Amino acid sequence: MGFTTEREGTTMIAMTEGRIDGANAREFQDSLEAAIDPSDQAVILDLENLAYISSAGLRVILLAAKTLRKQDATLSVCSLSDPIRQVFEISGFDKIIPIHDSKADAVKAAGS
Amino acid sequence: MSEPFKILVVDDEVDLEPLMLQRMRRQIRAGTYEFVFAHNGLEALERLREERDIDMVLSDINMPLMDGLTLLQQIPKVDPNLRAVIVSAYGDMENIRTAMNRGAFDFVTKPLDFDDLKLTIERTLKHMAEWRDALMSRDKLVALQNELNVASNIQQSILPTRFPEGPDFQVFGSMEPARSVGGDFYDVYRLEDGNIGLAIADVSDKGVPASLFMMSARTLLKGSSIGRIEPGAVLQEVNNLLNEDNDASMFVTVLYGVFAPDTGRFTYASGGHNSPLVVHADGSTELLPLTDGVALGLMPDLTYLENTVTLAPGDTVVLYTDGVTEAMDSEDNEFGDERLLAIFGGKPPTGGRSANDAVFAAVSEFAGETPQSDDITCLALHRSAPAE
Repeated sequence: MGFTTEREGTTMIAMTEGRIDGANAREFQDSLEAAIDPSDQAVILDLENLAYISSAGLRVILLAAKTLRKQDATLSVCSLSDPIRQVFEISGFDKIIPIHDSKADAVKAAGS
Repeated sequence: MSEPFKILVVDDEVDLEPLMLQRMRRQIRAGTYEFVFAHNGLEALERLREERDIDMVLSDINMPLMDGLTLLQQIPKVDPNLRAVIVSAYGDMENIRTAMNRGAFDFVTKPLDFDDLKLTIERTLKHMAEWRDALMSRDKLVALQNELNVASNIQQSILPTRFPEGPDFQVFGSMEPARSVGGDFYDVYRLEDGNIGLAIADVSDKGVPASLFMMSARTLLKGSSIGRIEPGAVLQEVNNLLNEDNDASMFVTVLYGVFAPDTGRFTYASGGHNSPLVVHADGSTELLPLTDGVALGLMPDLTYLENTVTLAPGDTVVLYTDGVTEAMDSEDNEFGDERLLAIFGGKPPTGGRSANDAVFAAVSEFAGETPQSDDITCLALHRSAPAE
């Protein structure tokens, strides 16, 4: 799994690569938590290069969304490949996490 | 020989004691079980304080002095790790739900079916043994691998080993656990009016906390299913209950369906789970439409839509987890929906078991030597063709 971040104002954008499954979900969680700043207004997960995500990985996204909600910040995802989008749709995550087609759209929606 | 398991039976009906001793005489003689009796909740608590080696409690609900639901609240004060099974009147959903919410491990209904009771006792004791192992390994802070073994044993201990069947249908399910434990489980039970409830589920995490979440999901599902035939209402209730106390943000995807053997109608609802596969009597296959429900435990107050199909004689419905569709081969290809639809290749299964076997054989052939990264679980129901 690869994990890199960048910032645009108070928006933090995290790019993930490869696979997130039960074996490295913890690592993903630690990386994501460490990357989130308490002053962040929005977090965008750019999943363009993510090949696979298991339910353990989805849980990390859910935890992050809940944490961010407490600091009045938002979490969204963008650039999902078809298989990843399918995982979001089957699990119903598409109904609780906003999905954007591109990073530009996500940044615009985050309003920073 | 090991000590017999000691079971405390709590009921104000005096007839139960001789009946229990008579129906369980073989297990008693074999030294498998030993029974002690109490006639109300207060007496039961006294017994529990006196006899610290009691392994489980089987309790009626309505009793004088202290009822079974109050007893459930008191048991953890004596021994937080003791498991209780509640005996309730058939269809008394409100009490069953309250009992499950207060930590009952399972329930049986009156009039008592002793075969069912024996299975329930067996399962509870097996679970109890696993649970004690879990506590011991936690105390010793052993390596993660060991914790995973414990979690895996808990997972295995809740799977049914016997399946309901009738002249016009058969059910069969099995699970192939991954080395690093996943969180799949399934359950099958008879509902009223001869209907059959079928559930398959996948918990989002692994390890001991996840297996506990799995336990409560399974118990709540069963508790909510009895007395209801609307799968959507069942998922709605279980989702709300799972959200009540879920700081760890775990969730579970569930496909729950109710099959009516007399009409062949199969009504299902999905909580974030993969669509059921139907194999028709002529060998053609289809994935049933998703009902758009969200995985359970994510957020409360959601509704779950249902869909109904009619299985013709000779049709089979196959429930499965993503361990099937996401199985990988040596070149990182996923098994996928297309291969799932092609498994039966014009050869329809002749029963629940053969359907199940065919799925496992196809996945195993596809994966070859590639290690399995998630549990693979399948539960199939076959509506029999009429006898010639």
